[in-house]
Amino acid sequence: MKPLDEADVHGYVDGGLSESAKAELDVWLRAHSEDAERVRAYAEQNALLRSLYNPVLDEPVPAALLAVRPPAWRRYAAAAAVFALGVALGWFTRGEFVAPTVAQVSIARLAATAHVVYAPEVRHPVEVTAKEEDHLVAWLSKRLGTTLRAPKLAPLGYELVGGRLLSGPQGPVAQFMYQDARGQRLTLYVSRQRGEPRDTAFRFSQEDRVSVFYWVDGNFGYALSGEMKRDQLLQVAEIVYKQLNP
Amino acid sequence: MDRRLIVEHIPRLRRYARALVGDRYVADDLVQDTLERAWNKFYLWRPGSDLRAWLFTIMHNVFVNQARRRRYEIEQAMDELPAVAVRATQGEQLELQDVDRVLRSLPTEQREVVLLVAVEQLTYEQVSRALDIPIGTVMSRLSRARERMRQLLGGQAVTPLKVVK
Repeated sequence: MKPLDEADVHGYVDGGLSESAKAELDVWLRAHSEDAERVRAYAEQNALLRSLYNPVLDEPVPAALLAVRPPAWRRYAAAAAVFALGVALGWFTRGEFVAPTVAQVSIARLAATAHVVYAPEVRHPVEVTAKEEDHLVAWLSKRLGTTLRAPKLAPLGYELVGGRLLSGPQGPVAQFMYQDARGQRLTLYVSRQRGEPRDTAFRFSQEDRVSVFYWVDGNFGYALSGEMKRDQLLQVAEIVYKQLNP
Repeated sequence: MDRRLIVEHIPRLRRYARALVGDRYVADDLVQDTLERAWNKFYLWRPGSDLRAWLFTIMHNVFVNQARRRRYEIEQAMDELPAVAVRATQGEQLELQDVDRVLRSLPTEQREVVLLVAVEQLTYEQVSRALDIPIGTVMSRLSRARERMRQLLGGQAVTPLKVVK
């Protein structure tokens, strides 16, 4: 009998041996109980480890993992973040650089940026969850200095996840997040606007993969962002608009 | 490129990550970082080659970099601890909890190998490529990991075995 090859012991346990090598090792194991015991123990380890971790395969995959996107998307997110930083630093808001449309364009961009930053978040998508909706709305209303409402989108299949306070060029910004059964997320971005109160029409902006509908109502700008087709988002945006302007 | 190619591997990446780091959220963060990196480097993947092994390679690299940053000194220190059997009696059925505890006590490099072999059922050759280590190193880590687990799970202490090859 030739000496035992340790690699064969593992190959035997893991099913990587040819039939002939397996038969040869069987002969050895019948004669050497200590090695046979090792083989039994290793095989048992395999079985135990599998029964420990195989259940993970049956768990639903978190939406945020399904939302991880190919690179073009990420390049956009980085560019948008740089833009947002510029806005935050005031580069775009000093008088001589302000083009008339900047304020409007920026809410769509800022909203899309905030969307791509928080919507894929697994652990902390929101600061305050929908369980404390009253507190959330009261808190954000207080910070923005107006009476906010979180639209009810359940009839469209979107449940409120919660919301968070963000900082924008005009100070505090409220973000509400919604999610449907498939984990698709929408965010509603509400910020105070510069200048005189005014109303604008519904506008649409495609920020790479994020579609944004935005409008200004008095002193506040609203932007609804989602990674979906324009028409699909429009349905939701109309409901949001109606609920906020009854 | 087709997203579905990568997406269908997510459940197994999650299983491996969970087994590797233990905590569910830390594990999913590891998967997320792995997927982001995979997309950024997707052009490096050769169509037709083993995508799953490639994804495990990326996860390994992300994990090692994170571990280096966080300095998992405790884990390394555990390697120096004398083996203490989890169960004194033999013949009883092992508890899954004990197995998990013993798995955590393995040095990271051994845990990776044993999980890729036992749970993910990669061949030794695939493990060698995924972790970018020679096959002899795969075998010696596997051997040490299994023997250590056997000791800790109540088996008899045995003299370390030399790997032939």
